[in-house]
This record gives sequence, C-alpha cells and structure tokens, in this order.
Amino acid sequence: MSLLQIENLTATYGVSQALFGVDLEMTQGEVTALMGRNGMGKSTTVKAICRMIRSEGTLTLDGQDLHDLPSHKVARKGVGLVPEGRRCFADLTVRENLIAAARPGNWTLRRITELFPRLGERQEQRAASLSGGEQQMLAIGRALMTNPRLLILDEATEGLAPIVRQEIWAALHRLKQETNVAILLIDKSLKELATVSDRAVILERGRTVWSGAMAELSHDITEKYVGV
Amino acid sequence: MRLDEKYLNGLLIAGLLALPLWALVMDQPFTITLVTRAVILALAAVGLNIILGIGGMVSFGHAVFFGIGGYAMGILAYHAQTYTALDLGFFTTDGTKSMPVIWLMAMVTSGIVAFFIGLLSLRTSGVYFIMITLAFGQMFFYFAISWAQYGGEDGLSIYVRNDFPGLNTLMPIQFYAICFTLLCAVLFLFARLQASPFGLALNAARQTATRVETVGLNPMRLKLLAFVLSGAVTGLAGALFADLNRFVSPTMFSWQLSGELIVLIIIGGVGRLMGPVIGACVFVALEHFLGDLTEFWHVYLGVILLCIVLFGRGGLIGLLTGKEGAHV
Repeated sequence: MSLLQIENLTATYGVSQALFGVDLEMTQGEVTALMGRNGMGKSTTVKAICRMIRSEGTLTLDGQDLHDLPSHKVARKGVGLVPEGRRCFADLTVRENLIAAARPGNWTLRRITELFPRLGERQEQRAASLSGGEQQMLAIGRALMTNPRLLILDEATEGLAPIVRQEIWAALHRLKQETNVAILLIDKSLKELATVSDRAVILERGRTVWSGAMAELSHDITEKYVGV
Repeated sequence: MRLDEKYLNGLLIAGLLALPLWALVMDQPFTITLVTRAVILALAAVGLNIILGIGGMVSFGHAVFFGIGGYAMGILAYHAQTYTALDLGFFTTDGTKSMPVIWLMAMVTSGIVAFFIGLLSLRTSGVYFIMITLAFGQMFFYFAISWAQYGGEDGLSIYVRNDFPGLNTLMPIQFYAICFTLLCAVLFLFARLQASPFGLALNAARQTATRVETVGLNPMRLKLLAFVLSGAVTGLAGALFADLNRFVSPTMFSWQLSGELIVLIIIGGVGRLMGPVIGACVFVALEHFLGDLTEFWHVYLGVILLCIVLFGRGGLIGLLTGKEGAHV
C-alpha cells in the first residue's frame, strides 16, 4: 500500500494557479527524487503536501485525506519537512531546536548527534551562529526529531560547500539503509539524486510529465525536462 | 566588569532577603512595605514575561488580570468581613478571609478570563494584538468604574489583611515573607517553563509560527496556554497587591498599569529570569525617591527607558552581564 498518494493535484497562490495536475506515489522506505526546472512546481508540491497552500485533487497519507488537516496535524501524521533555506529557530541553541521539535519515537538527541557529529559538538551554540552546512544538518535533525514516516528535503544541499554536501548526502544514504523512512528529495545535483533515489518524478509547468524507476531515467528525458 | 547572570540573579535574591531584614532590625516597616510592593509588581511582571519574553506577545491589557486578582480578593474578603452572602446565581458563599483560597480563586478566575481573551486576541498579531488587549483592558476598567456594588470609581476598602495559617499577615515582615516565597516559586516555575519543550516551542513560535507548524506544533495552542498561565500569575499578584494595600479600585485595570508592567520588563531585560525583578525594584525605588522630589518623576523614568531601549536592548541585566539577549 502506498504511503503518499497524489493524483491530479492542483494548487493556487491566490488567483494564480501553480499546479495543474501532479501525480506522485510513494511507499514506505522508498526514496523519490522530485525533479524539474526552476519554477515547475516542485516546492509548490511540497507546500501542498504540508498543507501550506490551498490545493485540490487526491492527497492522502496512509489513505487519510490530508486536505482535512491543518499544517501542524500533517506534520503529526508523520510528514517531516526540511524547508528550502534551512530556517532553523535562530534564537535557540542546537539542542533547544531539536528538543522543541521532539515527538515520541526512535529518533532522539543522541541519534541525531550520531548522524551529524558536528551538531553534537555545537549543542549549546545558537543556531544563528552556525555555518550554512551546520544549519542544514540541524534542519534535517529537527525534522527527524518529529519521527516522520515521510521526510521531505527541499533543496537541502543548495549553496553549501562540496565537503558539507558530501556529509549530507552520506547522511541521506545512511537514512535509506538504516531506517524505513520514505524520503522525497528535491535537489539540483542529478548525480547524487541518481545514487540515492529509487524512483523519480519529473514536473513540467505544474504537471507530472514523467515518473518511474531511477534506473529507467534516460539522458534524453533529463535533458528534455531538467536541462542536464 | 561583566557579571555572570547566575551570580547576578543570586545577588538580587540575596538583596531581596537582606533589605527587609535590615529594615526589620532598624525598625523601618515602611521600607519593608516598599520592598513588598516591588516584589508583588515583579511577580505580576514575571507573569507578563511568560508571554512577552518567551512568546513575544506584547499585551497592553495585562492589568485586566491584575485587576481580576485584586477584585477576587476584594469581593471575597468584603463579604467575609461584612458577613454578607455573595450570590453568584448558581452558588452562594459567605466569602473568605483565607489567603490561599483567595489566591486560588484569583488565579482560576484570571486564567479563565485569559483563556477567552486569548482565544479572540491571539488570532491577531503585532499592533492589532496590542490594540485588542488594550480594548479588553479598557472594557474591564470601565466595568469596574460602573460596578457600584463594589465601590465603583471609589474602589473597595478591606478592614484587615486576610489570613494565612500560622502567620500574622498584619506584620509587614510576615506578609513580605509570603510574597517573597511566592515570587521565588514563580521564578522557579518560569525558569523550568523556559527550558521545557513547551517553553522552547513557544520561543520558536515567537520566531516564526509557520516553521513551528512544520514540526507538528500548533502555535495558537502554545500561545493560548502561555496566555492563560501568564494571566493566572498576574492575577495572583493582583490579589497580593490588593491585600498589601487593603484596597482595590478600578485603577488596577488601567492601561497605565499595563504599560508599567511592560516598562518593568524592558528596564530589567525582556525574557530574562530576573528582568522583571530588577525592573520592579528600580521602578519602586524611582517612584519613592524621585516621587519625594517631584510629582513629575515619570519624566526621569522615561529618560531611563529611552536610554535602555536605545543603548541597552538587553535591559539592566543585559548591561551588567554583557549579554544583550536572553539566549545570547
């Protein structure tokens, strides 16, 4: 049974329609890359899943219609979001950021600091004083502390130094291998997406134009829809 | 020289213990009453600091809860002392002179009113939140003025201070001991609350409500609970204040008092554990010493407030510790 089911999803920002028919299906433990050029509706799809904008169509998590739920209840149902631009709670320390988000489950402060040792070293440091990469690790850690079944990462490695990006990709590989959490990834690095993702979904002008196993994604398709 | 905030807090508590004892030895009961007034105002401001300091909600109507606490004391004590029945329609009582019962009633009533005010006002933010809380404050103020049964504009006097088991509350030092103990207890709870997951989530909601929602927290619920706790603590302070003066009047609901509570916190340091305490001590000291020199002593208070807002954003505690923010 699918964990996340999206069919013919449409969404609007006020009077402007941004999504015209997104289809996406994810099962537990699966890593899916959500791809497409800039402005094609990837982040809007994420916002629609998290109920941060109005949308219509089929949007279910474990069979439950997410349209009925406010944003915080979607998160409680098991959708963890690492938003674009990190967005940690700047005035709180690393430890406080993680504690504030904590919900009962397998993910604890100790497990987060095992996944990201840098966070362990900076537990009492304010989030605002962390480097961009550390803030990104904190944003991922904070989302994991909610013990999600579906983790969404929106441009998690954007603007980071190559060595930090490698740390984050390594952590995502560990998550895939060691946990059963489903991961929806948006990223510009096609090479890294290909190594970690099981499936890919490509959006073009607010519609799903291709979906399938990552292994089936050909160079022609990526060149046509992603531009690489 | 920069002080560690923990040592500074300890020094302040030690000072609040030593000063009344010194006044007792020197036979200066008025000084004890002054410090008691500072401690009660500090208690009210600690209540406000829960929402202002942690939650970032600028309530300009917190005198509502101070006044409710005061009137809870006034009404219960008035009926007990005049041997008249208090008929609430569904319940009739002879009132009470017991401080713990009065505190409980003050806190419960303030908490319930805070729940309903919060339910409406927390749907707004920024200047609209300030205005709606101010509007509630004015509603209660004018209601108290027109409440002839309990003195209307003239207020309500209580013959003797209420009772506390085992203590003579008419002795200034013994009443002070009660107020000081309650302040310490509330400060302890504030510190625990600030470091708790709830306090951290409230702090996070202050920074951005949307991000808090993405981790499964309902910012409205967090703020409402904080508002109720804050109202209950300020209501307790109101009951003590009315007992200190043995008098309750509509001025306890006034917007000036709401403003003064905010000023106390800004002077001491927003979100700092002892910010309201040092702010209240400075406020009462200025009121007493400058008030003897000129009735326009608020001008000097205004100058101090201006200097702190412009040059010391962390309040006096920030200046003394060298840390501008509560979390820096």
